[in-house]
Amino acid sequence: MSSHDFVPTNAPPSKPARKVETLKPELLLHTNHHLCPGCGEPLVLRQLLEVVEELGLAQRTIAVAGIGCYTAFSGSLDLDLVQALHGRAPSVATGTKRMLPDRLVFTLQGDGDMVNEGLQEVIHTAARGENITCVLLNNGVFGETGGHMTSTTVIGQRTKNTLEGRDASYHGHPILIGDLLAQLDGTAYAARGSVHDAAGVAGTKRMLRKAFESQLRGDGFSLVEVLTMCPTGWFVPTAEGPGYLDRVLGTVHVTGELKAGGRFVTTAELRARNQRQARQTREGGSD
Amino acid sequence: MDPVTSRGTLSIALEACKGCELCIPACPPRVLSMSEDVNEMGFRYPLLRPGCTGCGACALVCPDFCFEVYQYTAPVAHAGGAA
Amino acid sequence: MTHRLIEGSQAIAEAAIAAGCRFFAGYPMTPFTEVLEHFARKLPQAGGTCINAESELEAVGMAWGAVATGARAATGSTGQGLSLMQESFSEMTLAGLPLVIFNMARGQGDYYQSTRGGGHGDYRHIVLAPMDIREAVQLTQLAFHLADSWRNPVLVYGDYLLAHTYESVEIAPLEFGNLPTKDWAVDGSRGGSGKSRLVTSLGMSKGVGKNVDPESHWKAVAERHKQIEATEVRVECEFTEDAELVVVAYGTPAKFVRYVVHQMREEGVPVGYVRPITLWPFPYRALADAAQGARRVAVFELNAGQMIDDVRLGVLGSAPVVAIGGISTDASGFGVGGLLDTEIIRGRIESALKGQEISA
Repeated sequence: MSSHDFVPTNAPPSKPARKVETLKPELLLHTNHHLCPGCGEPLVLRQLLEVVEELGLAQRTIAVAGIGCYTAFSGSLDLDLVQALHGRAPSVATGTKRMLPDRLVFTLQGDGDMVNEGLQEVIHTAARGENITCVLLNNGVFGETGGHMTSTTVIGQRTKNTLEGRDASYHGHPILIGDLLAQLDGTAYAARGSVHDAAGVAGTKRMLRKAFESQLRGDGFSLVEVLTMCPTGWFVPTAEGPGYLDRVLGTVHVTGELKAGGRFVTTAELRARNQRQARQTREGGSD
Repeated sequence: MDPVTSRGTLSIALEACKGCELCIPACPPRVLSMSEDVNEMGFRYPLLRPGCTGCGACALVCPDFCFEVYQYTAPVAHAGGAA
Repeated sequence: MTHRLIEGSQAIAEAAIAAGCRFFAGYPMTPFTEVLEHFARKLPQAGGTCINAESELEAVGMAWGAVATGARAATGSTGQGLSLMQESFSEMTLAGLPLVIFNMARGQGDYYQSTRGGGHGDYRHIVLAPMDIREAVQLTQLAFHLADSWRNPVLVYGDYLLAHTYESVEIAPLEFGNLPTKDWAVDGSRGGSGKSRLVTSLGMSKGVGKNVDPESHWKAVAERHKQIEATEVRVECEFTEDAELVVVAYGTPAKFVRYVVHQMREEGVPVGYVRPITLWPFPYRALADAAQGARRVAVFELNAGQMIDDVRLGVLGSAPVVAIGGISTDASGFGVGGLLDTEIIRGRIESALKGQEISA
C-alpha cells in the first residue's frame, strides 16, 4: 500500500460531517500530561469528566485527589479540587461533603493509595455510608514510584520489588477491595470496570454515571474501580498493555457490578457467571 | 480496485501521540496503522486508511487525546485514493 | 450572658462554637475525650457536624475536607493522638488551611511536638497556651481568628487540669476584627470556568505549562511564618524590672507559679515571672528584656526540659538558666502529679534564688 492510500487527518473534514468525539472533554484544561505511553488512567479521566458535563454538574462538583501518577491531573481538571495525601482522600471527601451536602464529591485514587495506605479510610467511609463516590484507578502497582507491589497486585505478577513474581507464601494475597466494600450496608453501589478496550471504556462510563446518580439520590457510598494499563509498571510493551490487563489482572479482579439495588455479588460469582456465559457462547455458536 | 466507503473520518493531533499503538487494534474496521516516520517527540503516530465508520473507539482508548472523530452526513467513496 | 459552672472541655467546645466552628472530628482519648463528647452534643444543635472518627488519622482528614470548603473546623486529641496526625498537619500548613487543633495534653511534654512540629518539612503552627478556663475561652476564639487571618493552623495547648476542672465562666462571643473573604475555599462553583480552585500543598496551580513550583510555594509559606513571628507574640510578664530571679512557665502550671510569685513579692522577695501565651511565636524579646539585670532565670515546666531550650535562646547567656520543674504525673500517666503544688513550687523558687541545686 502506498502513502496515497491514506486519508488526510490534519484538519476537520471538508465534506459535511458531525463531530462525534471531541479531542478532549470540556472540563480538561489541557492535554499536555506526562503520563507514560499506553497509560490507562487518562482514559478514565476522559469518561469521568464527560459524565460530569453530561449531568450538568460542573459547577456543583468537588474533586478530592489522592497521590499517584493521576495527581498530575489536579492541575488540569477544570473542577474545584482539594489535593489530599496518599490514602487520605475518603476522609477529606467526607469532611467536604458534610459541609456541602448538595455537591457531587468524588475521590480519585490509585490502588496503592486506596488499598494500601488508605484501606482503613475507605472502609470506614463506606461503612458510614458517606454520600461520596470513590473512583479507584487499579493497575496493580504503585506507578508513580516506579512500579512496586500493592495490595491488589496479583499472584505471579512481576513488579519492581517482586521481580520473581508475587509469591503468596512470602508476599501474601491480593485484596479485592470491591468485595470488601460492597458487602457493607453503607455501600449503595460498587462496580468494577476496565479500560483495556473500547467496550470496557464505554462500560466504565456507564458505571461512573450510575455511581454519580446514586450519590445524587443520597443512596450512600459508591465505588467505581477501574482496571487501567500500566505497561511501564508491568514491564510490557505498550501495545501489550490491554492484553496483559485482561489476562493477568482481569481474571482476578473480574469486571462487573458488585453492589446495586441492595444486592451484593462477589467477584467469584462474577467470574463464574463469565465462565458460564463463555461456555454458552461456545456451545451456542458452534456449527 | 473497488472504491472503499468511509462513513466517518478523524482529525489526529499527531504531535501529541506517544506511539502507544492502543488505537490500532481498537479500531473495528482496522483502518489505523502506525507511520514509518516520527513526530517531534520521536514517536510514530497513527495514519488513517479509507473505511472509517466514525465509531469513536480510537478516541476512547487514546491516553493522549489525539483523536477528533467525525461521522459524514453521507458516506464518502474513495476511489483508490484520498477523499 | 451568664456565668455557669462548667468543665474546661465544655467551655472550650462552647467557645469554639461561639466562634463559628461548624465542624469537628475526633477520636476518644484521655484527657481529650470530653471535648469530643461536648462537640458531639452541641455542634448539631448549632447547625454544625461532629463526626466520631474511627481514628485520629481520619479525624484530621475530615477536618481537612471541611476547612477546605471555607468552614471553621477543628480537630483535637492528646499528644499521642496528635502524633498520628502529623503528616496532615504539615501538609495542611503548606496548603494554607486554617485548621484549629486542640491538644488536651498529658502534662507539658508536648511542647516540642507543638512548637518544633512532629511533622515533616518547614512548617509552623501558632500555639496558644491558656493558663485557666477563662483564658481558654478567649484563646479558643482567638485561635479561629488567627487561623483565618493567616491561613495557618493554630493549636490550643490545654491539659488534663484544664479539661477536667470546673470553673465559673461566661462564653461570650468575642470580636477580633474583619477578615478577608475566603475566595480560595472550594465549593464547586468555579468548575468549568477555566479558573477552578485548587487547594494543595504541592505548589501546583491549574492551567497549561509549568504549573508545579513547590519551591516558590514553600518559600511563600516560610515568609508568612516570618510575618507571624513578627506580629503575633503574646506574653504576660510581671515584676521583671527589678527581679533577681525570673521564673518562666506556661499553661496551667503558670497559674501556680504566678500565685507563688505574687505571694513572695508581697513579702518583698525580688522575683518575677514571664508567661508565654504564644508558645510559637515564642516571646524571645520579652524574655531577653526580663532577664536583663536578673541573676538567674528558672524554668518551671512539667517535663524533662523542653521549653527551656527556647528560654536559653531568649536569654542568650545574659543569665544562667536553670530547670526547676520536672516530669510529674499521676498513676494513670494522664493527669496531675505532685509537683503542681504551690508549696513545692515556692520551695524550688527559693532554692533557685539561693543558687541551690534542685533535686528532681
